[in-house]
Order: sequence, then structure tokens, then C-alpha cells
Amino acid sequence: MTIRGQALIAGAYEHPLRVIPDRSTSQVHAEVAAGALQDAGLEFSDVDGFFCDASAGFGPVSMAEFLGLRCTHVDSTETGGSSYLVHIGHAAEAIAAGRCEVALITMAGRPRSTALRRAEEYELTPDFVFESLWGLSGAVTGYALAAQRHMYEFGTTSAQLAEIKVAASQHAQHNPNAFLRKTVTVAEVLESPMISTPLHRDDCCVVTDGGGAVVVVAPEVARDLGRRSAQVLGQGEAVKHADNGRIDLTYTGAAYSGPRAFEEAGVTPADIDYASIYDSFTITVLETLEDLGFCAKGEGGRFVSDGALVAPHGRLPVNTDGGGLCNNHPAGRGGMTKVIEAVRQLRGEAHPAVQVRDCELALVHGTGGSIGSRMGSSTLILGREDA
Amino acid sequence: MPVAEPVRLPAPAPRTDAVPELADFWAAAGQGRLLLRRCDDCGDPIWYPRTFCPDCGSLRTSWAEASGRGHVYSYTVVHRSAVPGYRDVTPYVVAYVELEEGPRVLTNIVDCDPAAVRIGMEVGVVFHDTGAGTALYRFAPAAR
Repeated sequence: MTIRGQALIAGAYEHPLRVIPDRSTSQVHAEVAAGALQDAGLEFSDVDGFFCDASAGFGPVSMAEFLGLRCTHVDSTETGGSSYLVHIGHAAEAIAAGRCEVALITMAGRPRSTALRRAEEYELTPDFVFESLWGLSGAVTGYALAAQRHMYEFGTTSAQLAEIKVAASQHAQHNPNAFLRKTVTVAEVLESPMISTPLHRDDCCVVTDGGGAVVVVAPEVARDLGRRSAQVLGQGEAVKHADNGRIDLTYTGAAYSGPRAFEEAGVTPADIDYASIYDSFTITVLETLEDLGFCAKGEGGRFVSDGALVAPHGRLPVNTDGGGLCNNHPAGRGGMTKVIEAVRQLRGEAHPAVQVRDCELALVHGTGGSIGSRMGSSTLILGREDA
Repeated sequence: MPVAEPVRLPAPAPRTDAVPELADFWAAAGQGRLLLRRCDDCGDPIWYPRTFCPDCGSLRTSWAEASGRGHVYSYTVVHRSAVPGYRDVTPYVVAYVELEEGPRVLTNIVDCDPAAVRIGMEVGVVFHDTGAGTALYRFAPAAR
């Protein structure tokens, strides 16, 4: 059994706020759920499958109660920021298997407005015991270790990494909800403060409150909705870790999840019209493009240069909402917003300045965790409904 | 193994309570010894330490003493930090050191100018007392 063509994304909604001090995170879950269901033309009472990550309370047990849902299928696969791509694949599986017909997937977080510290939300594991001692500050230190090694092995430069941020800013200027709307130059990125060599402040994504949701439905449901939907054509997932102390910092789990998604969808990188590539940091995008096969390993720096990622004329438009680098990266989990922009592109509903002409095939990739240690990776391939 | 001179970096006590099966590792570190867990069946070193072999699935493992020598596989100089104790002593160096025995170990490089660290640099282990009956294994440029 394959998921190809077995499910569609019928509702997609990104919370319009970026700073939310006045309501609980559970409430944000409810607001994005309502927005996505309204976008699809469905009700809460239609929902029979529910997915969320494990970041709030007792995960889906807490949230299904808060939302008043009665479900035949529930899932809280937790792979960091890529969780929602995994959830979509799992929702398609559940629908294909007849376990539910309307799957609601929500995420939300408010790092700007709360004082939660990530380590306290999970039971301690040995990797934490051995890695929490050395002054790694947030996520950037691990990603900097990867960037440093990639530069050593392949000659990648900071100016090449900066091109990724420049492209994102070119897109974000058209997004009224983007956290950062000002365009930047390579020189400005390199002049931004050094955080952890070789990554500057502008190599790092924004910190935002917010959320997003999608509704994935069976084809017979989509048929009656009168709303353009996006076909789920393929999805792959992988956990890439240190492999017993043999960590290789120059590639990510996209090397595993990408081929699986492409094979299931029956397409190749050359067929992709638009890509949402997880951009927690510039180096994340660069390694991922290589791993997915848009260019050879080590060639990412050359690939992203000279406006290659800028819509509508770049050879591979990427993150046309401005991405995590400029628009939104709610609670350090950027996968949902990546999916939502891909759905906009396939519906022809992206901003006209960045809409890819005749966008038939979109790729979404999520990287949760750290390319400096262990990550959850997922690649999703979506198609225009009539493609 | 030499004990380091006055150190700039904090030496936080590790959460040994979360890995009670590894008590010997932390006790040995407190005595200036770097232990490696090895699989009795396939012979592979195991990192991070576990009493289980992730390569062959064996539960038969033993401690062996590491040489303490290695080289820098990657590093980063941290200029801005939010970590208590560390944020006041920037710039400092976080690195993966590849031990002679193979494993790439997350750690700090100490006793040198952060700007002088290079991938491939030869290093040797030093121990920083945590004040909690153990010590942290960090690495300094190898004596010439």
C-alpha cells in the first residue's frame, strides 16, 4: 500500500500573530485548528484523527481534551520541527487504511512570552547527560560545528551561506506578517554580530510566537469541498544520529528521507517547481539542498549563489514566505509554516511577486533537532490537485 | 593524567543520577582517567557510554582506559552565550574531538587562544574538577 494520491491537504492556516503574550499555548492550538477547519469548510465535529507534537503537557491527550475531540486515530510523533511533515505522512497512512477521514494537525508555541526551558520538558536521557556540560548555547552551537566542518571539507564560504538569508529577505518584503521585512545584502549579513563561528546573527532564524495547522482529508471528502487542495504524493522520514560516535557533520537525514519521498511520488529533483527547505540556519538549507539531490554534496555554496533561490525566476525558488530566516519559526519548530507556503504555491495563492508560474510540484523538507548531533528529518512531496 | 591549572570555564556537575549504570565512568574521571566502554562481543568502542552495544546489540560490555589522545574533528568559537557560567567567559571553544580509539566526543578545547584552534589539531585530555566527586574531560593542545 502506498500513500500516493490517497490524501489531500484541504485546509491550511498560519496564525497571523508573531508575539502572543495574552493567551495560553493551548488556546493558540484551538485558534489555528479553527482557522484550518474553516479554510477547509469543515467543523470540529467532523474531525476523527488528531496529531500534535509532544511539547505541551501530556501531548495529544491534553490537547484532544482541550479541543473536545472524539478520535479514532491519534499520533504525537515527536521529531522536533519536522514533526508536522511526519504527521502528514502518518495522516495519509491512516486515511488510506480507513482509520480516519478528517485528520487535524496542530502546532503552537510561545517562546517570546514564556520562560519554559526545553530540557525540563523531557525525561533526561544519556545524550543529554554527556552533551549538556560544554556550554552549547541554544541550537546555534551545534549548527556552527556542522558549518565549520562543511567549510573545511568543501570550501564553503560565509558569503555563500549569506546568499540564503538574502534570498529569504527578498521574499519576506512581500509578506505583511513577516517578523523581518527588510531586505539585506551579503555584506550586511557578514557584518552582523558573530554568534558562534562561523555563524553570524543573520545566519540564524527568527524567534517567534505563533502556530499553524493543516487539515488532511480523504479524496472523497476533498471532492465535495469546492476548495483547491494539494495532493500528498510522497513522504519520507528518518532519524539521523551519531551512529555510535561516528558523527558526520556534513550531511543530514535528508539524504535518507529525500530519496524515499521522491521514489514514492515517482518524481526527481528536476521536476520540483517550488521547495520549502527548513531554514533554522543558513547551513541547514545548504546541506539539505545537497542531500536532496538538487546539487552534488559539497556544491551547495555554488548552487545558492547568484539568486538561485529567489522567486519567480530563480532556478529553485525556496521559502517564498521569507522562511524561518525572515518570516516565522514559531517555537523553534519551522515545519508547519514550510508546509503552508507550499500549499499556497500549489493553490496559486502565494504573493504575486513570489508566485511560481504553473506550480505543479512542491517539495517540503523539515529538520527537527540538530544537524550537530541528532535530528528527525522528513521530506514531503505535494502536487497541485489537477496535476 | 595531568590536572589542569586554574580554569576559566565553569565545570558543571553532570546529571549522573540519570545514568546510574555509568557511575564508574564519572568516578574514574574524578581520578583523572578517561574510560571507554567496549563491546565484549564485537570489540567496538561505545560512545556516548552505554552498557549496551548499538553496533551488534550485545549486553556484554566492559570498561577500558582510553589513551586520552585525539584530534579536533570540528570546533566553534562561541562569542554569544546564554548558558549560566559560560556566558561570562566568552569566547570559549566547543568541539568534537576524535579520540585515537575512534569516537568523536563533544567537549571543550582549553589552555589555548580560541583563535588558534584548527580542525586536525592534536590534543590531549585534561580534567576539570566539578566539586561533586567527578571531573569533566576537556582537551588541550598536545605537548610537543
